[in-house]
Amino acid sequence: MDFNYSDEQKLLIDSVERFIQDDYGFDTRRAILKSDEGFRRDLWQKFGELGWLAVPFAEEDGGLGGTPVETMIIMESFGRGLVVEPYLSTVVLAGGLLRAGGTPAQRETVLPDLMAGGLIVAVGYAEPTSRFNLADVSTTATATGGGYVLKGRKSVVLHGPMADKVIVSARTSGGQRDEAGITLFLVDAGAAGVTRQDYPTVDGLRASELVLDGVAVGADAVVGEVGSGFLLLEKAVDEATAAICAEAVGAMEVLHKATLEYARTRVQFGQPIGRFQVIQHRLVDMYIAYEQAKSLAIMANLKLDAPREERRRAVSAAKVQIGKSARFVGQQAVQLHGGMGMTDELNVGHYFKRLTMIETLFGNTDYHLKRYAA
Amino acid sequence: MDLSFSAEDLAFQREVRAFVAENYPADIKAHFDAGLEPRKADFVRWQKILFEKGWVAPAWPQQYGGTGWTPTQRYIFQEELGAANTPGIIPFGLSMVGPVIYTFGSEEQKKRFLPGILSSDVWWCQGYSEPGSGSDLASLKTKAVRQGDKYIVNGSKTWTTMAQWADWIFCLVRTDSSVKQQEGISFLLFDMKSPGITVRPIITMDGGHEVNECFFDNVEVPAENLIGQEGQGWTYAKFLLGHERSGIAAVARSKRGIAKLKQIANAELSDGRPLIEDQDYRRKLAELEIDLTALEYTELRTLARESQGKGPGPESSILKIKGTEIQQAITELAVEAAGYYGFAFNHRAMNGSNEPVVGPAATAFAAPAYFNMRKTSIYGGSNEIQKNIIAKMVLGL
Repeated sequence: MDFNYSDEQKLLIDSVERFIQDDYGFDTRRAILKSDEGFRRDLWQKFGELGWLAVPFAEEDGGLGGTPVETMIIMESFGRGLVVEPYLSTVVLAGGLLRAGGTPAQRETVLPDLMAGGLIVAVGYAEPTSRFNLADVSTTATATGGGYVLKGRKSVVLHGPMADKVIVSARTSGGQRDEAGITLFLVDAGAAGVTRQDYPTVDGLRASELVLDGVAVGADAVVGEVGSGFLLLEKAVDEATAAICAEAVGAMEVLHKATLEYARTRVQFGQPIGRFQVIQHRLVDMYIAYEQAKSLAIMANLKLDAPREERRRAVSAAKVQIGKSARFVGQQAVQLHGGMGMTDELNVGHYFKRLTMIETLFGNTDYHLKRYAA
Repeated sequence: MDLSFSAEDLAFQREVRAFVAENYPADIKAHFDAGLEPRKADFVRWQKILFEKGWVAPAWPQQYGGTGWTPTQRYIFQEELGAANTPGIIPFGLSMVGPVIYTFGSEEQKKRFLPGILSSDVWWCQGYSEPGSGSDLASLKTKAVRQGDKYIVNGSKTWTTMAQWADWIFCLVRTDSSVKQQEGISFLLFDMKSPGITVRPIITMDGGHEVNECFFDNVEVPAENLIGQEGQGWTYAKFLLGHERSGIAAVARSKRGIAKLKQIANAELSDGRPLIEDQDYRRKLAELEIDLTALEYTELRTLARESQGKGPGPESSILKIKGTEIQQAITELAVEAAGYYGFAFNHRAMNGSNEPVVGPAATAFAAPAYFNMRKTSIYGGSNEIQKNIIAKMVLGL
């Protein structure tokens, strides 16, 4: 058993943490949220220069050949800093699909740009009535002479407004909820027939509703194999789920520490509120919730390359624990900060909002409990 | 024991229901049903409609404009308003300072202030909390120094709900620092247009502007605006907080919330079937409904005690704790039902712009409502404080 980081991993932790400390303060983040773009392109390019965008990709693709542990390290730090840049969408999710299913041509044309910070890719996996079921796809891809025509609607595409390309799931055969018959396509965000409605999300990110109205793509746009996109998508989403579990762990750590510090200094009835036993026990419960969440986040990230069933159970177990812990830690952090916890000015509410979205993202607690128990 | 309403109560219920159906303006209803940001004009208009009917202050003694209803009738009235989703009665005038004025104020103060409260022509706000004194209210520091026939007020208040709309403020101020904390506090009323007052918005995490900071810089307040006796403010404040707590169970509103959850769960699909058919969701909804029913009957029992002349005691803290927990749980389940569409921040639409919402209209504001409702277990004496009250006053610990 070894839960220690390697020396290289420690260097990565230092590098990301230094960035969060020096360049991603709360005021910087607030300014980013208020900006039109909703992210900082220069910081994104800096991520590229620092090698963070190349971490999970194979060395033959020009990547660093990192394991899920490196992704976990980055995401945990991003959780501490509430980073809004499109790492999850572009590197983890789209990157996961391209790593596992990209054609040599796609890898050659897309990955170098992506790793350098010049190309942002989002993934449209959800539809208005699909909820969390990745197989519930009614967007159609009809084969034409040399390619396909896409028709349908993808909902809440995270980081859609800033994406240069979008990978979407569409049905090349089968019924609306069949796992077979789903194909993934790499589409230019500006292709004819693509319309977007962009909006901010409650946790400060940006998302789009994507309407595909007769979008023509070539056969070379297929990621993976025709009709077999589901398993590819499921694995990438599992990887992304494990990644947001790590992000949540980072966010919970900040909330727990901030609440602890507040309880030590906030004086009511002549003493710091941390002297009251009810507050002490609450902080202990938050600490336990955080540690339990961290344990399963690590477990899930270490099992991403296990056989499918084992991977699915590990990821679902982690997501359930994260969902429960995140809700508890988030709600208690707001409660114990009192009125201040309710304000937009203090960072506590912002962590709480991100944790609330993470609880839903890629399937909420009920969904993953069912998947685990199935 | 008898759980049913009497024939008179049922007739009264029909009367209220018919009145609300005929007089609740459709545009206000549409605004509130859509979950949009509240507007001052809507509150005032609706309160004036109730005022003209003579129903705006059911809890007041008849001599001051009350209805003379029994506690059961008052309960029925609240239920009917809640079911119709009318704007809540803004409590600062009618539920808070009004009762303090008719109970402790001078005849002159009653004549001067009560009519404007009843007619909703004067909007009040509450100056209690301060940055350093939240649940520990008695530690407040805002100072009022008597100079001849006026007080000079310096300090600041925070979490002042809807102060941006207020004409007057009722304020707890420290008039004596040399005595025990609770004994040096006085209860002052003053005009928000007085020179030296600055109101600064506090934006909450849901993006809304409900609360404010108020700064007082040498604000002059005529001494005739002191309620009761100098140094007795704590007594009046405690009296007021007792009033604030009644009605805080919000049973009628939570019932409507659960009805709306069922609507959403019928419309939203999970694996091609309505979410309401999902066993987990269904179980949570059922548990919540049972929890609310328990709260409803706890409130009815409290009400029955009140009818027998026993005022609301520390047991009303149960209503605060469970009422707020249930309100919060309803918004949690709404977020769960919303799925991914709960992510969209429809801020402009929420503020009444014509921008269409992203996703189903019923779930468009689920997440902001969830964030906003976190306040309920903090304000009005946090739920931790309510538990201390029960531990001490009820359980004798």
